[in-house]
Amino acid sequence: MWEFVFAPFVDFGFMRRALLGCIAISVGATPVGVFLMLRRMSLTGDAMAHAILPGAAVGYLVSGLSLGAMTVGGLIAGMAVALLSGFVTRVTALREDASLAAFYLISLALGVLIVSTRGGNVDLMHVLFGTVLALNDAALILLCSIASLSVLTFALLFRPLVLECADPQFLRSVSGISAVTHFTFLALVVMNLVGGFHALGTLMAVGIMILPAAAARFWAASIGGLIVAAVVVALLSSLSGLLLSYHFGLPSGPAIILLAGLAYGVSLLLGPEGSLVASTLSRRTLKT
Amino acid sequence: MGRVLLGNLFVGAPMTHAIAFQNFTLGYNQLPAVLHLQAEIAEGSLTAIVGPNGAGKSTLLKGVVNALSPISGRVSFGTVALEDIAYLPQQSEVDRSFPISVVELVAMGLWRKIGPFGRLGRADRTRIAEAISAVGLEGFELRPIGSLSSGQMQRALFARLLLQDARLVLLDEPFTAIDARTMADLIDIVRRWHGEGRTVLAVLHDFDVIRANFPETLMLARQLVAHGPTELVLTAENQFRARQMCEACAGPPHTCGRSAA
Repeated sequence: MWEFVFAPFVDFGFMRRALLGCIAISVGATPVGVFLMLRRMSLTGDAMAHAILPGAAVGYLVSGLSLGAMTVGGLIAGMAVALLSGFVTRVTALREDASLAAFYLISLALGVLIVSTRGGNVDLMHVLFGTVLALNDAALILLCSIASLSVLTFALLFRPLVLECADPQFLRSVSGISAVTHFTFLALVVMNLVGGFHALGTLMAVGIMILPAAAARFWAASIGGLIVAAVVVALLSSLSGLLLSYHFGLPSGPAIILLAGLAYGVSLLLGPEGSLVASTLSRRTLKT
Repeated sequence: MGRVLLGNLFVGAPMTHAIAFQNFTLGYNQLPAVLHLQAEIAEGSLTAIVGPNGAGKSTLLKGVVNALSPISGRVSFGTVALEDIAYLPQQSEVDRSFPISVVELVAMGLWRKIGPFGRLGRADRTRIAEAISAVGLEGFELRPIGSLSSGQMQRALFARLLLQDARLVLLDEPFTAIDARTMADLIDIVRRWHGEGRTVLAVLHDFDVIRANFPETLMLARQLVAHGPTELVLTAENQFRARQMCEACAGPPHTCGRSAA
């Protein structure tokens, strides 16, 4: 037990760094995922992740594997897509999903075009699939800062955000904070995805955001409960994913996401709130 | 200042309107749903808005709360301001699957007081409890809103309206799809608002309910058909006229201008 669970972290600094990075992502990104799920915007997370990729790639091509350039590139691309699609939704008749899809596809095509003209590079794989086992100090500080900022913003924005999700029409009728809330929330999504791609890669970052939230739905009924359950699922899958990748030589990003997926599968079957087993049991009790 | 410009419209009228529609035209994509409406809603009045389907009743309420910008004309606010208005839309956009409880939903009626960051004091909690008991939802406080029937949900939304403490209350078909007992309870609340001197505008379909409870009626068929005491407005002749006016402009190319009036 000691050998399997604790020894890798005690013996190797890169494992401790990876764990800290994953904890930061779990605490920062999963509450965002919970709200994405509650707003039925789970796929928005995916779209935003694709929108960030080209920005990060451009940052990489301009100044190499530099944390700052890729972060700024990702933030700019993500924010631009979020703002433009939000603006189009509010001003025109196009619905949010369609306008978001339009802008992220444009962004993605633009990114692929730029990358292909400048030639491919093995390092680019790091952008796509992350480098959780090679996080340096700067990356760790960035991940922890993003997580802290994200948690703080959530604390400030909690009430308007809940109301914006539950009854947006009412919020608009009593206050002008609705639009601010919406865009701040999208900014949180982008920020956390950018943080996440340093560790898990742009393609996997959205997994740690959405899968724990989806799993939490089967464990808790209240918003607070959902957030706690989602963070716990994210932490457990990060820990076990890192261990699996260490012991069996698997790539760590996909291992973490697959374990979050496993947690989702188990929750879907066994969780106390509306899972397959729970709904079968309650149907049986009603009959008797 | 607007009153000076449009002064001639108010000659002889006492300045006690809560709101007034001045040549109010609004619609979607430049297709007007309400045309050239000219009417005053008196302070403290209890008015039913009636009309055939597609007559622009809901659109009119959206125009009042500025959820829809007018194509021309305006709503002039007399004794109430935009902030004094509480609005209960027809199909409320409340996400019934969202995990909040009845008491949390109702408490949001205090938004103007507590805002995004303020805390609920003891007096606020008492007011919330009173509002919940006024709509007969005691014991349901901690239930998630997803478990409520549509009648109970409407009760909860009325409790939230109670807390909003608004001078002008706009209700869009508030009694649709709810049972008779709930409707009677909610009508009592509307009458109570009337007794307290609040102005109430409600889109309704049931003429019996209107005759029994609403002193004023505004009949709309894209344009104003009639506005005044209920018994003078809800006549067979007016209803016939309203139906004709709506049918006349059912197709997109609008043939009904002022001439149809």
